[in-house]
Amino acid sequence: MNTEPIGESSRAAHGPEGGGNHARGRGDLAATPLLRVEGLTKHFPILRGILRRQVGAVKAVDGVDFHIQEGETLGLVGESGCGKSTAGRVILRLGEATAGRIWYRGEDITLLKGKPLRSLRRRMQMVFQDPQESLNPRMTVGSIVGEPLLEHGVAKGRALAERVGALLESVGLAPNYANRYPHEFSGGQRQRIGMARALALRPEFIICDEPIAALDVSIQAQVVNLLEDLRERLNLTYLFISHDLAMVRHIADRVAVMYLGKIVELAPVRDLYGNPRHPYTQALLSAAPGHDPRVEARRERILLQGDVPSPAAPPPGCRFNTRCPKAQALCSEQEPAWREVRGGHSVACHFAEG
Amino acid sequence: MAEPATAVVADAPLREHRALWTDVWLAFRKHTGALVGVSVFALIVVAVLFGPHLHAVDPQYLDLGARNQGVSFAHPMGTDNLGRDMFAQMLAGGRVSLAVGFTAMLLALVLGTFVGVLAGYFNRLDGPLMRLTDLFLALPLLPLLLVIIMLFRDTLRAAFGPESGIFLLIVFVIGVTSWMQTARIVRGEVLAVREREFVTAARSVGVRERRIITRHVLPNVLSPIMVSATLGIANAIITESALSFLGLGFPPDFPTWGRLLFDGANFIEITPARVIWPGLAISLTVLSVNYIGDGLRDALDPRLRGR
Repeated sequence: MNTEPIGESSRAAHGPEGGGNHARGRGDLAATPLLRVEGLTKHFPILRGILRRQVGAVKAVDGVDFHIQEGETLGLVGESGCGKSTAGRVILRLGEATAGRIWYRGEDITLLKGKPLRSLRRRMQMVFQDPQESLNPRMTVGSIVGEPLLEHGVAKGRALAERVGALLESVGLAPNYANRYPHEFSGGQRQRIGMARALALRPEFIICDEPIAALDVSIQAQVVNLLEDLRERLNLTYLFISHDLAMVRHIADRVAVMYLGKIVELAPVRDLYGNPRHPYTQALLSAAPGHDPRVEARRERILLQGDVPSPAAPPPGCRFNTRCPKAQALCSEQEPAWREVRGGHSVACHFAEG
Repeated sequence: MAEPATAVVADAPLREHRALWTDVWLAFRKHTGALVGVSVFALIVVAVLFGPHLHAVDPQYLDLGARNQGVSFAHPMGTDNLGRDMFAQMLAGGRVSLAVGFTAMLLALVLGTFVGVLAGYFNRLDGPLMRLTDLFLALPLLPLLLVIIMLFRDTLRAAFGPESGIFLLIVFVIGVTSWMQTARIVRGEVLAVREREFVTAARSVGVRERRIITRHVLPNVLSPIMVSATLGIANAIITESALSFLGLGFPPDFPTWGRLLFDGANFIEITPARVIWPGLAISLTVLSVNYIGDGLRDALDPRLRGR
């Protein structure tokens, strides 16, 4: 399964220049997921002493497997520091994976370099968390949004200005904002600028790295609606990274829950929210406040004990065993296998049935 | 509604380009200190360039009958202990000092920024380049200068003539021995900027490393570069005078501001003006350049421009 012959054909179809042809062969590639990662691992070395010897590693992402079908949205949730953003960045090849493999349309992109990597960038894009930080303060909005086009030689001069104007319009901004600087905009508008930049090269896959976490609640809905609208119009596939369970429920088709560098549960939205199997997912869902006060009054909260262990020294066995209300002796001895409990609903827990 | 919108888009490239420099100029004009700096600096440059034609006295002419004179109409800044006209020497010396100051500063700036950006941006180069910087900082400068000048003075003199030969040598020597501070400051800033998310964003859209450096990193480390540039001019002028003082720079009869200052120091009790004038000229130059740099830095920063 790792070396589909389709991989070669898809590579040939897009070619080294790639991108220009955005006709999407939905039918012929239906069997190959748009993106598949297997055993994805990212360790950050801890260097100590005068010789900078490695004394350990922060295991930010430690063996993650999932796939995303074309046109679907996978939500990736978890608390801060669980490695979800790192996973997103490694998939986009903004950091080297320590181990594991990433396939995009059946093509192994884990070690892609140089020109092929640049042409891959036209197909995968990212919307960043902090719209303040992700826009260069010394560039005008026009040059920020136009940079990918210019850099890939898609358009220049008058054509570039027109494309930039159209892109700004497509995210709900006036085209003449192109001459202004990022600091002249509000948070929500800046996030729209970031989205316009991500859309500039007409990608097919976008990683949304907590795109709404830095925004006001009133703006969050607008941005999420825009993301949904764009998904419909441009036939996009999203990996939606967030800690906002309600938003993920709204936008995602399937949801993966991450804890301490590993995915503990992955299921279609309805299954995950209706029938969570992993104790961590249950605790996470029980902590999310609802909007209905009557339901809210009856909500049973599962309070977890203690803190998240350090990702530099994760506990043996199941990583959640130090805080799990259902933990037994087995949990600290043996790592639970990743298994499918129902159609499309997978979980890593010894006692998922209980 | 649609028509005006497309019209705006259509002429955007022209307007954008002009708007940037117009904006910068408008903001610069609002900076009072920078305007004063520009005026003072322009005055000094004009005086040094055209002054010798108006005040046509040979700075080297010895008038032993008119030694240590005070201010007079014939000698606006008095004369020195050999009867040379101070004003003429100041004007002639200014040319050399400004030229040395600027070119040496530019050289040091380019070197320092280059080393700093490479060291800050590329992890692999950081160690070697910073150790090299430390090495240069640790070198005892004066003995080094001595050796360099001893080794190359005659060759360069033969190749470019006595004055431009020594000019090139001094600029090179000063530039090569004063880039380290800039390199360290720039490296630190680059280390911070390259971790900012807009650099990651640029990488994620496939911008090449070279462009990331020139378009995203460099403009955002402009402030420290500006500051070290303005300080570098002063440093270069002073170093040149120290070299001349040690007899390693320009020949003794060749006036520069630093040389005049050092020569005058021996006569400070008899004719204090001989120290005051060159000192004032150096200070005014440095100060005005400093203010210009300040204004330029603010004007180039879009966040400060509107204020």
